[in-house]
Amino acid sequence: MSKKKWPLWEVFVRSKNGLEHRHFGSLHAADAEMALENARDVYTRRSEGVSIWVVESSNITASNPADNGELFEPAQDKVYRHPTFYNLPDEVKHM
Amino acid sequence: MKNDLYNYILGIADNSLILGQRLGELCGHGPNLETDIALTNISLDLLGQTRSYFQYAATLVEGEKTEDDIAFMRTERDYKNVLLVEQPNTHFGFVIMRQFLFDVYHLQFMKKLQQSKDETLVAIANKGIKEVSYHERFSSDWVIRLGDGTDESREKMQEAVNGLWRYTNELFQLTEADKAMVSEGIAVDVSTLKDEYYAKVSEVLKEATLTIPDDNYFQKGGKEGIHTEHMGYLLADMQYMQRSYPNMKW
Repeated sequence: MSKKKWPLWEVFVRSKNGLEHRHFGSLHAADAEMALENARDVYTRRSEGVSIWVVESSNITASNPADNGELFEPAQDKVYRHPTFYNLPDEVKHM
Repeated sequence: MKNDLYNYILGIADNSLILGQRLGELCGHGPNLETDIALTNISLDLLGQTRSYFQYAATLVEGEKTEDDIAFMRTERDYKNVLLVEQPNTHFGFVIMRQFLFDVYHLQFMKKLQQSKDETLVAIANKGIKEVSYHERFSSDWVIRLGDGTDESREKMQEAVNGLWRYTNELFQLTEADKAMVSEGIAVDVSTLKDEYYAKVSEVLKEATLTIPDDNYFQKGGKEGIHTEHMGYLLADMQYMQRSYPNMKW
């Protein structure tokens, strides 16, 4: 008997008043449906009005920490790259 | 009337309490972490429902008893749960099948209880029905996974359904208290749920590639306090502390 594979899934949850899905953690499940059910138990305690996404971890491509320099460190001397000269009106929320 | 209502409520609540206790025994013993959490979650739901019922029952006897007295100070003969829920956790397939056979009934029951003339029972049903529909989805899903899984898992599920089938018919029997409460429009006439129940169960078992037992010999007695030999051990375990130190605050 071959043991069923239980791959790793990443769980993203949008809470009731939340604006976007946030990564909550990961879990093992045999398929997407089971991953959803498990995520509900483990991460949301069944609070109403939440949305859950599950993605098999192998489907995620991550950036390589060795490339962090070229990817994430902009030239700090070029101030015009940073949008710090604008005053946001109060009506614009969640920036 | 009050006495019948009290007994009727206990009849409902004991099913949840005893099944909750059985699932609680599995804490830390699930086949994997996620399933372990799911089973204890279901157990928590059931125990929560039990508390609501027992608290309501306690108000009917006006301070004579608390919810804890009702749970911990009754003997086996006073327990009114169906035989199905007290069956031991033989193996995971057994646990799932027992859960499935109860959940299908429980969901139908909760839907009907929402139409009761008793407001408190309606409130409990409204809260519980969301939990119970989750339970039913979980257990149906696993019956199909295991039945339509490997040869070994199918064999175990077939063994489980063969062993548990004889306890299903009791779900649809009415006690004297049930009958009295049905005529008041408070109780669910469970005998009317039977056809729909077996139709739903058969549908899932078929999808799970399992054979529906051709078994017409059914066990009963739980609702009258005549239990299987498993019940005494279960209560000894559950009630030990309160029996040793009665009337304590905890």
